[in-house]
Parts: sequence; structure tokens; C-alpha cells
Amino acid sequence: MSIPASVSPKPVSETLRPLIPAFAGLSRFRRASRRRGVPWIPIFIITVMVSMALFAPLLAPYSPIDQTLRDKLIPPFWVEGGSMQYLLGTDAFGRDILSRLIYGARVSLLVALLALIAGGGVGLLVGIVAGYVGGAVDHVLMRLVDAAFTFPAILFALLLSVTMGQGLGTLVLAISLLLWASFARVLRGEVLALKQRDFVALAKVRGCSSARIMLTHILPNVLNTFMVLVTLNIGAVIIAEASLSFLGAGIPPPTPTWGGMISDGRGRIAEAWWVALIPGIAITLLVLSVNVFGDWLRDRLDPRLRQL
Amino acid sequence: MKRYIVYRMLQGVVLLCMVATIVFFLGRLTGNPVDLMLPEDATAEDRVSMIKALGLDGPLHEQFLIFVNNALHGDLGTSIRMRQPAVEAFFDRLPNTLAIIPWALLMAMVIGIPLGVIAALNRGNMIDRAAGSVAVLGIAMPSFWLGILLIYVFSVELGWLPSGRMGGPAHYVLPVITLGAFLVAGFMRLIRSSMLEVMESEFVKLARIKGMSEAVVVWKHCLRNALIPVLTLWGVFVGNLITGAIVTETVFAWPGVGRLTYEAVIFRDFPLLQAVIILKAVLILSINLFVDILYAYVDPRIRLA
Repeated sequence: MSIPASVSPKPVSETLRPLIPAFAGLSRFRRASRRRGVPWIPIFIITVMVSMALFAPLLAPYSPIDQTLRDKLIPPFWVEGGSMQYLLGTDAFGRDILSRLIYGARVSLLVALLALIAGGGVGLLVGIVAGYVGGAVDHVLMRLVDAAFTFPAILFALLLSVTMGQGLGTLVLAISLLLWASFARVLRGEVLALKQRDFVALAKVRGCSSARIMLTHILPNVLNTFMVLVTLNIGAVIIAEASLSFLGAGIPPPTPTWGGMISDGRGRIAEAWWVALIPGIAITLLVLSVNVFGDWLRDRLDPRLRQL
Repeated sequence: MKRYIVYRMLQGVVLLCMVATIVFFLGRLTGNPVDLMLPEDATAEDRVSMIKALGLDGPLHEQFLIFVNNALHGDLGTSIRMRQPAVEAFFDRLPNTLAIIPWALLMAMVIGIPLGVIAALNRGNMIDRAAGSVAVLGIAMPSFWLGILLIYVFSVELGWLPSGRMGGPAHYVLPVITLGAFLVAGFMRLIRSSMLEVMESEFVKLARIKGMSEAVVVWKHCLRNALIPVLTLWGVFVGNLITGAIVTETVFAWPGVGRLTYEAVIFRDFPLLQAVIILKAVLILSINLFVDILYAYVDPRIRLA
């Protein structure tokens, strides 16, 4: 029997590679990660914003709250009428926009941090329990997750702000409600796959309790995915906080928040665009940076999460 | 099919009960809801008479029954600020919201779908990355800020379009763009990833082997199937639209239910907010139910599962 002419002389591994999904996925991943270098610009922007939040009292040239009414609505320095005294101008109460922006970073990042710990933590717990225990528990928890997806959390957030009063606690609780379901859904999927692995079976044979298996065997193995989910959600949380502040359901004034600053400047957009537009640039830059960074981190740590 | 519809309806009713229960208990969380319902200048007698009128002097479970009974009769309380039944206020404003939503959806589809398909076809090259950047930027920009930016550029600087309130066709342009932009990025990403998946499947290879033109393969065979996951995410889109309408209508002073929600929040009008939230839940759940049934009708795999 002679070899058919159509068979290529390439080595077997080369011809087989595209046919085996694992290989195809791997090479695709390698190509993707080689193409994407470390995102230095986003990392730089994130570092600047985090430093602004941490060292606000040292960095801010003025108090973010004190009003200087004779200096009201001064434009930024590059616009006619602006001065180097107030680099980004002042608002209708004569407060320095730059200082408010620096202090505003505190609120945005603090709320993001706390909400991700609270909401992400609940999601982690629900995901692990639903995935590992399974059965009726899984069914009930997943219906709750479906319910949370159907109903926009922002409505509950607004309701909470009216019934419980505005403040950090309400805001964090409200935004956590927005997060837990997506965490739970993704992590449950991970746990379902992990449950089938030999080391879990082995732990069971050795007589470990379910709680112990979940804590010492399952949890460490989903932490990577958890971290990726956290980074991918920072942006959404910052936007949610800004939106709630804009709608008057965030941290109450005079504490400066980016969303609140945009709301303050909205009515004077014709005479003083900088009051409303500058904080929005800060939000967009920060969210853009954490999202690009999150995408990169996901590709490095967990390429299976591509669909997120 | 009938069983499926009944099951889905029951699920919707359970969800609605959950929402109503949460709203009821949140209102009582901080003490007597009368304090949330009365205007700030109300006297002690007003307070007592209102407690009587609403049956709030009874035990909690009786109060809950009264609340449910009233709700079933279409009474969700009276707005403090507008001195008008909250349900009435909601339905007065609803047509104005429904006037912009279809246009925003249309815009999202007309831009988002082709962009997603083109990005998928050009996977990995410059065009894909450019489209991806647009999507990433669209997600990073808070939509209320985008609305203000549009007002600044097109109303203040160029003076081409009105900056808010309802009116002729020109009044629709900026709100529709703001609300639509909120959806474009999501649509695009979703279509791109589901197109990539479909393009790998056997029937697409078959279509190619049969010698069909690339355009037919892409726009007919692939896109049709790639749209299925978009349908399943309808619920999320409806939720997004409702959220998006709140900020968009607030920015453009558009007198719809979104703006009504905002007013209820800033004036601390609890009865109004409570009614708005329950009615929006009804709206979302009925739209979802309708789409699910439609979907099961279109795709037999769903109703058999």
C-alpha cells in the first residue's frame, strides 16, 4: 500500500495539533499572552490614583470642603481666566477641583475595596457551597442568583439609601448586592469541575469532613479565579458608586465624591464645563486602567475565563 | 410547552413576592414607615391619624397582609410630593420612557451587531483591536457623564441640539445616543464571542464546503445562530435599560419613569419609590416571561430541557 499523495509530510504532532482542542487552546493562549505585554500605562495610572487616595491630606493643595466664595468658578489654568493657583479650577462654592478630585479618589477606592470584600466574599461562599454540596442547596442558591441577575441591584441600592439613610455602610451593602451573584455563578462552575478531581476523592477517603474539604482543598484552588473576578469587577463597582452618588444616593455632601462632583457641575455646564467634565475624565481613566489590567491578569492567570 | 409556560409564570410570581416582601421589610427596618411617608413639617396628630389609616398600629404580619391586599388592588401608596397615587404617577410617566427605549435598542443593534461580527471576522488584527477599544472605552465611561459631555459639545458649544426636556425629534437625539451607548459595548462583545464560537462549528464548515459565498455563510448561517445567546441575555439587557433610563432621564430632564425614580430618591418620597420599584419588577418579569416563551417557541431545545 502506498501512502496517499494528499498526506502532508509534516510531523504528526503538527498535523494533529489543530485537531486537539487542548493544543489549539494552548497555542492560542501563548500567542495572546506574547502579544500582550505588561500594561505599564494602566499600572501607572492605577498607582497614581491609589497614591492620591492614600496620601490625600499631603497631596491636596487646599481643603476639599472649605469654601472660598470670592474665588468661585475659576477655570483650569490652561483656559483664559484660569490661574496656576487653582490648577483644575474651582466649583460654584470656590472649592479647589484638584483637591476635591484627590479626596474623591478616597471614597471611590474605599467603597470599591469594601464592596469587593463583602460582595465577593459572599459570592465566594455561595459559589463553593452550591458547587460542592449540590442537590437542593445548589438549586435554591442558584435560583437566588438568577433572581439577583433579573432584578437590577441599583433599584435596591436606591431603596436602601432612602430607608437606611445615606452613608458608607449603605453604599457598600448596596454595591455588594450587585456583585455577589456573578461571583457565585462563576465560582460554582469552577467548584463543580474541581469536585471531580482525584485529590478531592482522596480527601474524602481519608475521612475529611465536607467543611474541611471546602476550606482546605477547594478554596485555595479557586482563589486565582476569585482574584481575576475581583480585578474584572473593580471598574463596574467604581461606576456603580459614581452613579449612586450622582443620583443622590451615595455618601452625602460635603464629602467629595466623583459622582457627586459631576452632579454639582451639571447645572452649570454652559458657564463652567470643568466642574462636571473633569471628574468624569478621572473616572473613565481609572475604570479603563483597571479593566485593561484585569483583562491582562485574566489572560495570565486564568485564560479559561475568556468569556467574562 | 404549556407546562413550561406555567412553570415560568410561577417563577415570576415567586420573584415578585420576594421583591414585595423585601420592599415591605426595608420600609420597616428603620422603625415606623410613617416617618418615611410623612413630610417633614407634619404634626404629631397627622402621624397618629396616618398610622391608623394605614393599619400600622397592628402586629407586623397583619400589616403585611394589609400591604399585600392593597397591592393586589393596585394601591401602592400615595406620593408625598405629588399628592397623587403612586401607581398613577408611574403610568403617567411610562409612555415617555417607552418613547426612547425602542430607539436606543435600535441604535445598539444597528451599531453593536455589525461591529461585533466585523470584530469576530478580523479576530486578532487591527480592526478587531480597534473595535475592542471602542467597547472598552464605552464600558469605562459612566453614561451620565457621557450625557453631560454630549450636552456640552452639541448643545452648549455647537448649539445644534436641545439639551433636555421632551419636545420634537431633535430632543430625542442626545438621550437616545446616551442610552444606546450604554448597550452598544455589551452587544458588541457578546456578538463577537458568540460569533467566534459559531464560526468553529461543523455546520458552518459544511456550508463552506458546499461552496456558499462567504457573505451568506457569515451573515445568514453564523449570525442567526450567534444571536441565540443574545436572546437568552434579554433579561440582563432589560435590567440595564431600566438602570440606564434612570441616569439618562436624570441628565436630560426627560419626564419618564427613570426621572421619577430619581425624584423619589432625592425628595425621599418613600411611597413613590416603593411603588416604582415594585412596578418596575412587574415590568421586568413580564418582559422576561414574554421573551422566554417566545424563545422556547423558537428553539425547541429550551422547552424540552
